[in-house]
Amino acid sequence: MAEKVSVENVNKKFRLKKSQQINDNGNLTNEILVLDNVDLKVKPGEFLVVVGPSGCGKSVLLDIIGGLTKPTTGKVFHDNLEVVGPNLKTGYVFQQYALFPWRTALSNIEFGLETRGVPEEERTKIGKDLLSVFGLSGFADRFPYQLSGGMQQRVAIARSLATDPDLLLMDEPFAALDAQTREILQNQLLKIWDQKRTTVIFVTHGLEEAVFLADRVVVMTARPGKIKQIIEIDLPRPRGEDIRASVEFAINKEKVWTVLKEEVNKAQKDWELAPGFSR
Amino acid sequence: MPEAIVDRKKEQDLLVVKPIAIFSGWKGFKINWSNYSGLWAIFAFLGLWELLPRIGVVDPVYLPTFSETFKTLILGILSGQILVDAGVSSLRALGGFALAMVVAVPLGFLMGRYSQFEKYTDLLIQTLRNTSTFALFPIFLLLFGLGETSKIAIIFYAASWHILINTINGVKNVDPLFIKAAKSMGATDKDLFHKVILPASIPSIVSGARLGAKISFMVVIAAEMIGAKSGLGFYIQSSQYNFFIPQMYAGVLALAILGVIINYALVWFESKATYWKGELDQSIFG
Repeated sequence: MAEKVSVENVNKKFRLKKSQQINDNGNLTNEILVLDNVDLKVKPGEFLVVVGPSGCGKSVLLDIIGGLTKPTTGKVFHDNLEVVGPNLKTGYVFQQYALFPWRTALSNIEFGLETRGVPEEERTKIGKDLLSVFGLSGFADRFPYQLSGGMQQRVAIARSLATDPDLLLMDEPFAALDAQTREILQNQLLKIWDQKRTTVIFVTHGLEEAVFLADRVVVMTARPGKIKQIIEIDLPRPRGEDIRASVEFAINKEKVWTVLKEEVNKAQKDWELAPGFSR
Repeated sequence: MPEAIVDRKKEQDLLVVKPIAIFSGWKGFKINWSNYSGLWAIFAFLGLWELLPRIGVVDPVYLPTFSETFKTLILGILSGQILVDAGVSSLRALGGFALAMVVAVPLGFLMGRYSQFEKYTDLLIQTLRNTSTFALFPIFLLLFGLGETSKIAIIFYAASWHILINTINGVKNVDPLFIKAAKSMGATDKDLFHKVILPASIPSIVSGARLGAKISFMVVIAAEMIGAKSGLGFYIQSSQYNFFIPQMYAGVLALAILGVIINYALVWFESKATYWKGELDQSIFG
């Protein structure tokens, strides 16, 4: 089967200001290697979750796949076409919602349709349908400041789905929410995904979230980010709330944690050793 | 009321309900004083103003009582004189302010959007804007004469800076996340400007406009005091020269009332223009 997304030998370096040199294994440098030779194949219709310690470049990888950042070297292909600019076949969901505060819920959802020149009548219809899918029908005319965090993120997800993308990129979308809301949204997301089977790349810190959602979990190393291991999650679908309490769930969680633990510790040591962080 | 047929329960109801009913009748007229708590200080100020000349602490020739000033103001309004002058001042301020908006907002967009442009002009702008407008009055009079042009030009000059600086900041401080989100949804440069940068910088531009409008009204009075044949500034100044002291105070009072009205109008306009922000957390006199 052809890959939906193929990430090939992607490297990403960030250049800091001259004054912000860091000590990288004895070499003074103002370049930071964020992604180190990342190779990744994503299958069509797959729910792929990327986990890794803070600062491992997970979000940067997502930006590169979405065409919002260029890799320093390497290439990304989407349906065998190289991604060179903002990729219009993707939907993007951000951790901080990124809803436009001057637009209502409905008109936020319509944004991507507007830029594609979809006529107003059709936009409104698509927008209203999505609002009802997310249980927000009564909130079409509300502004973001009038919505709770969970509602805002549901609007943001609806917005990313409005253009009917065949790839959904989600950058820690539930990280800012409280635990209950997070679980509710995870369930809701899976329900919608079960119907649409859009390919999803989902970045998270949450181990449980990763196991609950994923077909495969990609564990990345501490900076510079490399792919350490890809773990298959062998839980049946459709997954409901009750699966979280199952033994299989715990086993899968343990499987991922065993791999991830080492990297988290490494990343923590990095922070402890970093100059300028001693108090 | 025949007491025999009023049972205990009803009696209690009457006792409790009656006073409430009386007061509830007043509800429609009741003013929520907590919203107007600032008025007490105004009353105290006016009371002091009335009292001090009356008891002879201040010479009433130099400071007429509030009541006399107010009477003069009403007479001035009835005769039409103060209304005409206030109208003239307002038109001048509005003219200079409108011109400042037309020039400074587009310029601010350019400077905020293209950092190169700002790099070359920033020092000049900082120098000009930190030079007191009042010090430049003679230059404006020399260049534009004593007519309307010099007044409009001065107001335009003074009001422009806040509008310009706020527009630049508004454009520069658009949350990069909004730009990123818009780009991820396929926004072109034109979309970015119309649908993201413009609406995102509106709050900053509007608060710049509010400051600019306030400054316009301040500067117009000063300009009219230096060289004019009409306007509130002229009215106050000429009253002083002719020793019409109550008229002079009436002019100042008219100016104060106009200032408060304008400020409320601007705050109202600001909250309308940024309706999507929820409550404005700034004082009405900010």
